[in-house]
Amino acid sequence: MTSAEIKAVLEHQFPAAMVENEDLTEKQVELKGNQWLEIATFIKNDPDLSFDQLECITGYDTGEDGPLQTRYNLHSMEHRHKIEVVISHNRENPNVASIEQLWRIGDWFERETYDMFGIVYEGHRDLRRILCPDDWEGWPLRKDYEGQETYHGIVVQKMKEEEGWE
Amino acid sequence: MGVLENKFQDNVIVASLDKLLGWARSTSPWYFQFGLACCAIEMMASAASRHDLERIGMMPRSSPRQADVMIVAGTVTMKMALRVKKLYEQMADPKYVISMGSCATSGGPYWQHGYHVLKGVDLVVPVDVYVPGCPPRPEALIEGLLKLQEKIQTERPLTRKSA
Repeated sequence: MTSAEIKAVLEHQFPAAMVENEDLTEKQVELKGNQWLEIATFIKNDPDLSFDQLECITGYDTGEDGPLQTRYNLHSMEHRHKIEVVISHNRENPNVASIEQLWRIGDWFERETYDMFGIVYEGHRDLRRILCPDDWEGWPLRKDYEGQETYHGIVVQKMKEEEGWE
Repeated sequence: MGVLENKFQDNVIVASLDKLLGWARSTSPWYFQFGLACCAIEMMASAASRHDLERIGMMPRSSPRQADVMIVAGTVTMKMALRVKKLYEQMADPKYVISMGSCATSGGPYWQHGYHVLKGVDLVVPVDVYVPGCPPRPEALIEGLLKLQEKIQTERPLTRKSA
C-alpha cells in the first residue's frame, strides 16, 4: 500500500482523529492523541495494514511556542509498507496513551522519549528514566533545557561563563 | 663497605628498603580492567599480543581490591562519575590513576555542550598521569604507564615527609 492509501484507510476508520499539518511529508500522518491506543490496535491487527513492527519512537520539540511531538515509525513485514505517525502534545502537560503492551519494543522507546522529553506515556508499566540517572533534573533534549549546575556536588558546567566561547 | 664486604652469598641483595619498595611496586602495577568508551579499545589493544603490557609487568585485574592502577579509559558521564569514585575508594593503597584520552582529561569533545559529561576525571579522583589523544595509540598509553612507573620508583614510602 502507498502512504496515500494508508492515510485513506485511517481517514475512513477514524475521521475525527485526523489532523492537517502542512509541515509533514507525504509519508507522515498526524493524529490526535485521544484515540491513539484504539488506532494503534487497529493498524497493527488489520490484515490490509498489518503494521507488525515498530521501528522507532522519536521525541520532537518544535520550538518555544510549538508543541512537543512523539513520532512513531511503523513498518509492515508482510506488506512492506511504512508510515510515520505524528502525535502532538501540549508543552505543559505532555501525555499520550502507551503502546508498550501492543509492540513490546515500545517499552524502552517510550522510556527513552520520557527520559529526554518528559512526555508521559499513560499505561506504561515501568516508566522510569533509562539513560540519565534517576535523580537527574530536567528533560535534556527539550529546546528550553538548562543544564543543572551541580550533580551530587560535582560541578557540571566547569567553564560556562568563560570568555571566547562563541 | 668494610663490615659488609664478602659477607653474603648469591641470593642476598643489599639495598635501601625504601628504594627496594619503590622498585618492587613500580615493576608490577596491576591495572583495573574497565573501559568506558572507545579508549578502552586502545587499552585492550595495548594489553593484547602486539603491544603486550605484560612486558612491563602490567596485568588486568577485574576487582578493585587487587588492582594498583586505575586506567580511566573513556568518557566519564555524571552517572558513571559516582561509580568511578566508589571504585577508586575500593582500591587498596598504594593506588594510582591514569587519565587516558581527552574525554577523561577534560571532557574532550563534550567540553562545551555535553550536559551529562564530567569535565575531567580529576574532579572526582586524583590523577597521576594524563595521556593525551583521542583516543591515544597504545604507544602513547605505554609511554604514560612508563612515566607512572618512573613516578612510583622515585617514591620513598618509608621516609618521613617533611612539612
